[in-house]
Amino acid sequence: MKTKNNLSWKIAGEAGFGIKSAGMMFGKIFMRTGYEIFDYTEYPSLVRGGHNVFQLMVDVRPVNSVTKNVDVLVALNQNTITENLSDLCKDGVLVYDSDVIKVSAPKLKQNHVHGIGIPLSTIAKDAGGELMRNVVAIGATLALVGQSLTVANKVIRETFKHKGVKVVNNNIKALKAGFEYVKQNYKEDFICELPNLDKKDNILISANESLALGALAGGLNFYVAYPMTPSSSILHYLAKVAQKTGTVVKHAEDEIAVVNMALGAAHAGARAMVGTSGGGLALMSEALGLVSLTETPLVMVNVQRAGPATGIPTWTEQGDLQFMLHAAPGDFPRMVIAPGDAQEAFDLGAEALNLAETYQLPVIILSDKLIAEGNTTVKRFKTNKVKINRGKLLTQAQLNKMKKYLRYKVTEDGVSPRSLPGMKKGLFIANSDEHNEYGFSWESSENRIKQVDKRNRKLETFAKVMPDPLVYGNPKAKKTVVFWGSNKGAILDSYVQLPENIKKKIRVMQLQYLWPFPKKFVSRILQGSKDVLLVENNSNSQLGNLIAQETGIQIKKKLLKYDGRPFYREEIISALKKF
Amino acid sequence: MKIKDFETSYKPTWCPGCGNFGIWIALKNALVELGLKPEQVLMVHGIGCSSNGANFTRAYSWHSLHGRPVPTAVGAKLANKDLTVIALSGDGDAYGEGMSHFIHAIRGNANITYITHDNKMYSLTTGQASPTSNKGFKTKSTPDGLIEKAANPMSLALAAGGTFVARSFSGNAVHLKDTIKAAITHKGFSLVDAFQPCVTFNKLNTFKWYFDRLYNINEQEGYNAQDVEQAYKASLVWGNKIPYGIFYQKARDTYGSNLPQLKGTALIKRKVQVRNIDQLTKEFA
Repeated sequence: MKTKNNLSWKIAGEAGFGIKSAGMMFGKIFMRTGYEIFDYTEYPSLVRGGHNVFQLMVDVRPVNSVTKNVDVLVALNQNTITENLSDLCKDGVLVYDSDVIKVSAPKLKQNHVHGIGIPLSTIAKDAGGELMRNVVAIGATLALVGQSLTVANKVIRETFKHKGVKVVNNNIKALKAGFEYVKQNYKEDFICELPNLDKKDNILISANESLALGALAGGLNFYVAYPMTPSSSILHYLAKVAQKTGTVVKHAEDEIAVVNMALGAAHAGARAMVGTSGGGLALMSEALGLVSLTETPLVMVNVQRAGPATGIPTWTEQGDLQFMLHAAPGDFPRMVIAPGDAQEAFDLGAEALNLAETYQLPVIILSDKLIAEGNTTVKRFKTNKVKINRGKLLTQAQLNKMKKYLRYKVTEDGVSPRSLPGMKKGLFIANSDEHNEYGFSWESSENRIKQVDKRNRKLETFAKVMPDPLVYGNPKAKKTVVFWGSNKGAILDSYVQLPENIKKKIRVMQLQYLWPFPKKFVSRILQGSKDVLLVENNSNSQLGNLIAQETGIQIKKKLLKYDGRPFYREEIISALKKF
Repeated sequence: MKIKDFETSYKPTWCPGCGNFGIWIALKNALVELGLKPEQVLMVHGIGCSSNGANFTRAYSWHSLHGRPVPTAVGAKLANKDLTVIALSGDGDAYGEGMSHFIHAIRGNANITYITHDNKMYSLTTGQASPTSNKGFKTKSTPDGLIEKAANPMSLALAAGGTFVARSFSGNAVHLKDTIKAAITHKGFSLVDAFQPCVTFNKLNTFKWYFDRLYNINEQEGYNAQDVEQAYKASLVWGNKIPYGIFYQKARDTYGSNLPQLKGTALIKRKVQVRNIDQLTKEFA
């Protein structure tokens, strides 16, 4: 029996077949066994029917990306053979429900794959219900990769506990039946073994939930949203823990209400955040300038999906960077930051609240569907590095000592001391009109220039302390790969798989803080490079355009993908080998 | 507190004789009589003639975008329930751009007061028909007469589950002041739709037009403001006689009172500190 250090597993069938729940259980089983996990779902925007695919990457080392080819494909319907058989790698194993799927031996041979027909539906029915064929398939796969059922039984019990003893027992029965079926009927050499690992203190979590947890750790106490894929799980998670955490979580009537309600709360002194996808941010952009002009701290999360318009709403893309840099009429400061994975989503979720309060402006977190809905193993989050910074928020005692309080006082760093409604001696007008230092509408040329300059200075102040872009690989290499956001997983996972002689020639630069733009750092890196490759999930290289605008450097080599699919490792490896 | 305490150094920019003056005076009087201090009050204004009052009225003020004062006011109230939150806007703001917020805020019954300065037209933009303009009304945007039927704020508020639905008139300062006081005191979303003649652009709905028609519904024998059916019937009366007063008032849980996490100290008065998430991460392990 051969030993493998990783496994790429895919399960597919109709929506409603329990594809995702099977995948989640399978992931949890391997995480509990000490493995690192990354999962990826493809599904159309509907509740029943359609073709749902769940891919799970299991690895002994950290993994944050998917491969095009998989080792095991579990087919729950005939359509999976048409759609996904070619996804199997050479000598891959097709596990299929022989009750409902026909697949010929020549076809398997032609694809260089092995077929394991299992009457999943019959076995599931015998165990108590056809719906459990997904669990039968999990049992079968565990047998295929030489795992025991100990951890799986526990995960099944936890997963179905809320449905009662009978459901739990039936699923345990189904799991065992699938496992036994493979053990008894197949002894071929394509069956492999994944090594036993030590348990780790990991959690399996999406970037959406990580971001929510980070924000909670960072003192979030007010979240408003309107459901929109792929941002909704932030709302779902925060709503679920709202009472436990003492957080107000409001599903408002539309995104315009969302942002204005959050603004009201932030104005009153809450640590407020809103979440949506690009279309929702289009509605919110009406108020984006208001956030900046009233200098109200607000974190706005845009979990990108593939637009424009409704686009392909359940797929991934990085098409909103330029939109976030320019959304809303007028000329005003904002910040744009982009996490590359779940850990960064946690860190930035907490930090964004500090930035918003310190600089009193909108902070946009730009994420995307791949990481937002894909779960990954990360070390259990710790809060020892999380800090609360409320900037120039005044206490009543500080206000009492002030001779004359001016909310929009012109200061050197651009940030003015902030009172909250309810405080004595702190009155002001938060005004959507241009205003003077108190907040009165004031249209004089002199005042306009002073206030615009004051607000803009906040970004100059931040630029002095802003974290630099992250550089991976050989820092002195002359070939530079440039990316932002979720491509981190595919690029870094591919990088470690490259031969040493290629690796040492490459460095990788990630732009996490996109606005204000880290002009000096990026210029230095790019000017010190002989060759640069830009990797983006969009069709017109939006980061490339930003870099050109800010540094004057045009990146010619581009690896762009905009079919709604994330970069597969194979694509990155091939590009880096040619680079 | 005195009336002056609620006035800034800025003088109103309304036209002489504008109906907004009456509302402004009534509001300041109501606040004084309720014993409120400027710093205890957050006024959330929309955009329009009436909302320019953000500059003249001394309190914590938020001058929002057109149509958006209501969600902002709701958010502020949930964050700090100790504040008296009053949203103020015109009829275009409330029932045009902001109509959906109006309906949904009433459903939620957050504990705020909404005073709409209803002059039945857009005046800051120099005179176009508004959602409450009468059918047939000729304006710059409807030179051949308005085709739509006027929106009915009273009926709409009642249908949405309003718990305080009132109409008043800037020409009756005492009634308006008392209505605003009752609205602020009411626990829940309280609507005061205040008729206010635009003396510059609206030559139809003048002070005289209102004086000739308005009658106080609460002085009608047998009128029960707790009876939603009577209120609804009354809300449909429009013609030679137009009712004003508190159409309907009934207690109902507010949005905030239904949130267990808001019991006790106001949200923003709790210490913001790094939250322990150890328990929360367990479900992902």
